[in-house]
Amino acid sequence: MSEAIIQACAVEKYYSQADGNRIEVIAPTDLSISPGKIVGLLGPSGSGKSTLLRMLTGLSKPSSGQVLWHHKPMDGHIPNVSIVFQSFALFPWLTVLENVEAPLIARGAGAIERHKRALKMIDTVGLDGFETAYPKELSGGMKQRVGFARALVVEPEVLFMDEPFSALDVLTAENLRSELLELWLNKKMPTTAIFIVTHNIEEAVLLADRVIVLGRNPGRIRSDFEIDIPQYRDRKSPRFLAYVDYIYKTLTRPEQEAPAPGKTAGQSANGQPRMRTKFQMLPHARPGGIAGFMELLADRDGSEDLYKLADELSMDVDDLLPIVDASVMLGFAELHEGDVATTPEGRAFGEADIQTQKAIFRKAALEHVALLRLIENTLHAKRDRAIGEEFFRDILDEHFSAAEVERQFETALNWGRYAEIFDYDSESKRLFHNEEADTVPSPGNH
Amino acid sequence: MARGTWQPIQILGKGPWSLLPAQTWSVLTDFVIFAAGLSVFYVILLLGRTWLGPFNPHVEISRDPTKLPMYAAYSLLRIAVAYVLSLAFTLVYGYVAAYNPKAERIMIPLLDILQSIPVLSFLPGVMLAMVALFPHHQIGVEMGAILLIFTGQVWNMAFSFYSSLKSIPRDMREAAKIYRFNWYQRFTQFELPYAAIGLVWNSMMSVAGGWFFLMACEMFVLGSRDFRLPGLGSYLQTAASAGDTQAIFWGVGVMILVIVLLDQIVWRPVIAWAEKFKMEQVESADVPRSWFLNVIRGSRGLIRLRKRVIRPLQERLTMHFVRQHDSTEDAPPVLWKVWTGRAIAAIAVVAVLYAVTRAIAMLTGLDGSEYRELLTGAGATFLRVLAALVIGAAWTIPAGVAIGFNPKLARVAQPLAQIAASVPATALFPIVLLVLIRIGGGLGLGSIVLLLLGTQWYILFNVIAGAMAIPTDLREASDLFKFTRAQRWRKLILPGIFPYLITGLVTASGGAWNASIVAEYFRLKDKTYTTVGLGATISRASDAGNFDLLLASTIVMAIVVVTVNRLVWRRMYRLAATRYTLET
Repeated sequence: MSEAIIQACAVEKYYSQADGNRIEVIAPTDLSISPGKIVGLLGPSGSGKSTLLRMLTGLSKPSSGQVLWHHKPMDGHIPNVSIVFQSFALFPWLTVLENVEAPLIARGAGAIERHKRALKMIDTVGLDGFETAYPKELSGGMKQRVGFARALVVEPEVLFMDEPFSALDVLTAENLRSELLELWLNKKMPTTAIFIVTHNIEEAVLLADRVIVLGRNPGRIRSDFEIDIPQYRDRKSPRFLAYVDYIYKTLTRPEQEAPAPGKTAGQSANGQPRMRTKFQMLPHARPGGIAGFMELLADRDGSEDLYKLADELSMDVDDLLPIVDASVMLGFAELHEGDVATTPEGRAFGEADIQTQKAIFRKAALEHVALLRLIENTLHAKRDRAIGEEFFRDILDEHFSAAEVERQFETALNWGRYAEIFDYDSESKRLFHNEEADTVPSPGNH
Repeated sequence: MARGTWQPIQILGKGPWSLLPAQTWSVLTDFVIFAAGLSVFYVILLLGRTWLGPFNPHVEISRDPTKLPMYAAYSLLRIAVAYVLSLAFTLVYGYVAAYNPKAERIMIPLLDILQSIPVLSFLPGVMLAMVALFPHHQIGVEMGAILLIFTGQVWNMAFSFYSSLKSIPRDMREAAKIYRFNWYQRFTQFELPYAAIGLVWNSMMSVAGGWFFLMACEMFVLGSRDFRLPGLGSYLQTAASAGDTQAIFWGVGVMILVIVLLDQIVWRPVIAWAEKFKMEQVESADVPRSWFLNVIRGSRGLIRLRKRVIRPLQERLTMHFVRQHDSTEDAPPVLWKVWTGRAIAAIAVVAVLYAVTRAIAMLTGLDGSEYRELLTGAGATFLRVLAALVIGAAWTIPAGVAIGFNPKLARVAQPLAQIAASVPATALFPIVLLVLIRIGGGLGLGSIVLLLLGTQWYILFNVIAGAMAIPTDLREASDLFKFTRAQRWRKLILPGIFPYLITGLVTASGGAWNASIVAEYFRLKDKTYTTVGLGATISRASDAGNFDLLLASTIVMAIVVVTVNRLVWRRMYRLAATRYTLET
């Protein structure tokens, strides 16, 4: 392996709160990017993928540790890198040509030179004929081609991509992926390394020479391994599927570092108890999604391989994993080696009618979800059976970052209202006890 | 997708317009544009000469209609200069507030307060200061008028620019950073374009407001001194004073003509041009168009000018900033800059403290009866503003909903309403007053009519927009469920237009407070018509040169406006944003 271009040494990101409490987003992490490789960064939402990317590019400074560019600290400078954004981030008032020229202007290229280089790059990504078009006249896939042309025109040493295909439809994404790979393998791309952040497991296995899997709360590296299948890879080949399955196992087995396939085949012990984190983190799933998932599993005799499910539903990790996590948390499902299986409660939940579903959900939620139990107890203790949301936000604030508090609260609100544990008034921002809840039939009646 | 975009590669300087045919037509347009440019230059020169001429305290305003074009040009130039000043101030103020967190904490609340201060109460102070600054030139009075218009125009523009800068998407900012845009490129290629649409709409509103103040300040009395500026406003006032109906018609006609021309030659083209700055992902079907913009784009002379002069100039400027950026990138913050900043802040603090102590000293000089007058005045004006809003809402809500629900009616009514609304209420005040006097109405109730004149349009336009925004399927659902008329209004229409109605009422209320200064106190034919009210107190105090009272009444009005905003409108806004938004 040749020398690293970018090297992150114990980089860490945390936010300090007023009371001196620190919310850790990314635990101290070492990571390096070497020439000639595509690195894929995978992780569930909230694992700090984008934060890590921004620290590696110099856009954001680590709270501690440092990032080296060819062995020298970056010190707030932007090195010779580019980013392809999920949202394209094109300037809508500039034509395709002007968008691609903009980075060259910033680097002081003369009019004729930048014109030539921009045209050549537009040609490379297959957009000739669209030089004078404005981005809004282009389809999503073509917009992202402009994004690629703009990123490549400065001949970056490392090309960073932040979920570049997630805003596109499945077919367009597939098409762009294979073209990207072709440019890279045929050395038509003026860049020495690629770093791609994704939440699509197949995408990572398809493109990357090396995959890094992040865990969350706080974000940290869970697994870092090479994919030794020659390009172009066959999605249906057993080796390909073994990698996909392995990544699912890694992602769904929260506190255990599984060995990579090929090194010591997946023989690790299963059924280890979930380690309690500092504060239970609710997966961002909706009750309706959980119910649908349970029904789906019931149709398949109660058990299925996760990656097969994801493939069939064409869902990304970010969409599927929260639902799986929520089902497990509520005791509706169990995970074994990347397989998901329903429990009797889960089956009952999936098959019940609406009112019974609510009752089952309520029982499970109060039993397994600490935050909802806390809300229920607090409301019972209050004489007027009502309390402002600030009370619970303050509790969450001590454990999560501001954005995560928002999502945790929203999820708790969703679950609690569905389970009729409490009601919520969005104008006064108060939670109050739902009197009707006491009359909901208990699940035992059915 | 538009066929027009499938053009061959754009080679240097060869714009997309070069594909337009019509060579002969283009020569004609070139000639017209050149002639127009020349005449504008001539008029500015001519006006500049009078500005620098000796101070003439007794400008005679002629009622001769042939003088009207010149008067219109004077008024236009004042508006234009004030607008350019406002724009420059906006860019600097918004930029500093958006990027300097320390300054932001002071600058934004300050903007909120400045917005609430009735502009017309600045008039006497500003005029006296400017005349004192240029005692021997006409430019002093001119500067006073321009500064006044400036204070009426600038706040909403600055606020719009600031909030645009704050709302630039993070990805776009990061793209600019990762591609190492320098200050100049950032400003011209994405900050200014991003803010463009908000700036254009706010500029239109500001300039409309500018006419309102200009009409009021072209001719006014301050103690024993009589300030007059040649212009449309003074023409109308003179005509009304003399009861010259014919001159009034001429004046109002020219006024409407100027405003319509301004709309066609400036605002429509600018709006059509600004369309490309919309942050939309797909091209919208209904694109604003402008014939004038097409003419300009067809002009070969202008294309050549763009290619030979503007492009190379831009290029050199850009490269200059690139080089500067490269050389200053490593430099630490310069010490003198830090200290200059601190010095400016210190001077500002001292100045504010001094002004506050002086103001308090002035306020303690007032006696009990004056305080009582302020309180009753505030009450009376409050009731008048309220009455104007209620009457305005009472007729505009049904009318606006009818127009909004009926596209055919809208096509006829909207342009008419726009023209009616574009005539500044202050221009019509003398005429309305004349009518009121004839039919024997007092100013106590008459001033409500005057307030209504300026404010009802804000409500009407917002109600029309709100009615148009109610989705058709909701209307169909209410038909399907056989809603009664009352149900329709209660369950569908009123909740649907609520956010728009609130926006209209907020603007109308602010405008009404400001207008009360001119509506409650009026001089016509050497007679003063007045009534009890805070606006009247402000006008009378400036008339008599009673600065203690002027200051006190201005502060009272600002306090009332800010309090009403905080207690009523903000809550309504929040309610509109949380419960009455039509979102999926």
